[in-house]
Amino acid sequence: MSDRTITNSADTEESTGKARSILQVAVPPTLVFLLILLIWYAITYFVLEPDRRFLLPPPHGIVQEGILTLETLAEIGGGLYRTTTVSLLGLAIAFALGFSMALVMSQAKWIERSLYPWAVVCQTVPILALVPLLGFWFGFGLMSRIIVCVIIALFPIVINSLTGLQSVEPKLHDLLTLHKANRWTRALRLQIPAARPLIFTGLRTSAGLSVIGAIVGDFFFGRGQPGLGILLDRYSRRLKSEELLAAVIAACLLGVVVFWIFGVIGRRAVGHWDPSWADERD
Amino acid sequence: MEPVISFTDVTKHFGITHALDHTTLSIRKGEFVSLVGPSGCGKSTVLRLGSGLIRPSSGQITRSSDSIGYIFQEPTLMPWRTVEQNVRFLGELEGMNREENSRRTSEVLSLVGLEEFRDFYPLALSGGMKMRTSIARSMLLDPELFLFDEPFGALDQISRARLNAELTGLFADRRFAALFVTHSVDEAVFLASRLLVMSKRPGRIVAEFEIPYSFPRNPSIRYEPEFAVLAGKVAATLAEAS
Repeated sequence: MSDRTITNSADTEESTGKARSILQVAVPPTLVFLLILLIWYAITYFVLEPDRRFLLPPPHGIVQEGILTLETLAEIGGGLYRTTTVSLLGLAIAFALGFSMALVMSQAKWIERSLYPWAVVCQTVPILALVPLLGFWFGFGLMSRIIVCVIIALFPIVINSLTGLQSVEPKLHDLLTLHKANRWTRALRLQIPAARPLIFTGLRTSAGLSVIGAIVGDFFFGRGQPGLGILLDRYSRRLKSEELLAAVIAACLLGVVVFWIFGVIGRRAVGHWDPSWADERD
Repeated sequence: MEPVISFTDVTKHFGITHALDHTTLSIRKGEFVSLVGPSGCGKSTVLRLGSGLIRPSSGQITRSSDSIGYIFQEPTLMPWRTVEQNVRFLGELEGMNREENSRRTSEVLSLVGLEEFRDFYPLALSGGMKMRTSIARSMLLDPELFLFDEPFGALDQISRARLNAELTGLFADRRFAALFVTHSVDEAVFLASRLLVMSKRPGRIVAEFEIPYSFPRNPSIRYEPEFAVLAGKVAATLAEAS
C-alpha cells in the first residue's frame, strides 16, 4: 500500500516535471514569435507610408492572400510538394553516394587521399556557376535539380561518416585483430555501428542543405514544373508581396521540419547509447 | 607441463626506440604472473608481443593455443551494445552456436556479478562495472591464457581492491595462466603467484619473486607483516631498476 503511494507520487512528480519542461521549451520561443509579430505590425503601419506598404504587408494579409486564397494555396502547396520531393531524392542519393565514398575511404589511406580533395571541391564549388552547365547537359527537369541537391548535400555526409568510421577505439580494432576478423566483419560489426551517431549528424545537416539546393536549383533553372524557387522568383517579379512572403514561410517551414525529423530519427536510433544524441531536445 | 606461453631471448625495436631487450620468460597453466616496471619500460609491449598483435624483432615466442583473453587498460566496450551483447560479441565473431553463446554469457556474467545489469548500456555503468564486463567478455571463450594490461589503473581504490580480490577468486576456480602488467607493487604482489620486475627502457627482467599465498586471497593479507616485507623487497628492486 505504502509502496503504491510512493510510486504514485513519483509519477505525479515526473509528469509535472515533464509539463514544466514542455513549458520551458515552448514559452520563450512563443514570446519571441509574438514580439516579432508586434514589430512587424509596427513597421507595416507606423513606419511604411500607405503607398509603400506593399513592401511589408501585414501578417494577416499573408494569411488571407497566401493561405486562404485557394488558387495561391494550391500553387504554393504544389511547389512545396515538388521541392520536398526533389530535396528528399537528392538527399537519398547524396547519402548513398557519400556513405559509400566514406566507407571506401576508410579502408585505405591512399583511397582517402585520392578522394578527399574531390569531396572538398563539392563543398567549395560555387553551385550557381554550375547551374547553366547542368541545365545544358541534363535539361531543366527533375534530374538537374536533383544533381544540384546532391552536390550541395554530399560533403557533410562524406566527412561525418568518414570521421565516424575512423572514430573506433584502437583497442577495439585490436580485439577484432586477435580474433582474426576480416575487413568486412570489421566494417559491419565495428566501424559502421560506431559511426552511426556521426552519420545521423551528417544526415541532418545535409537534409537542411538539400532543401536549400532544391530551392536554389529551381530558382535558377526557372523552367519546368514550378517548385518553391520558381514561385519565389515569379511572385517577386510581379510584386505580389503577400504571396512572396507566404512562399518564403513555406520554404522556412520545410527546412525546419526536415531538420527536426532527422533529429528525431537520430535520437531514436542512437540516443540510448550516444551521449551527444541523448542530450538533444525535440 | 608445457608452458602456455614462452618468450625466448625476445628483443623488440620500434624504429630507433629499443623497447624490449633479450627477454626470456614462460608461464604455465595455473600460474599468475605479475609484471611490474617503471612506466614506459615496455610492459605493454610484452603483452602485445605475447598476443601476436605485434612481432618480435628477434627471438621466439610460442603459445600452446590461439585462444587468449586480453583485458585492456580501458574497458574497451562497444557503447552501442548492452552488457550482455558486449559479452557475447566474441562468441558471435567465432561463430559459436546461439544457445551455447547465451548459456556461456549468463555463466560469465554471474561469475563477475553482473546478471542484474545485463541489459544496461556502458553509458550507465560505473568504471568498475565496465571493467567487470570487459573481464566477463574475455572469459566467454574460456581461454587458457589471460593478458592483463593494467586494467584497474583508472579505478578508485575501493573498486580496485574489490576487483583484485575477485580476480584471485576467478583464478582459484579456473587455474588459467595469466600475465598481469601493472605499476602498483601492492597489486602485483597481491595477485601473483610469481612476480617479475622489469628495468627501465630497454626493458628486461631483472628480478623474480615467488609469492607464497594460496588462492583465493583475502584482502586482509595486505596488512600482514610478511606481505609488507615482500612488497618492500619488490619496491626496493623496482626503485633500483628505474
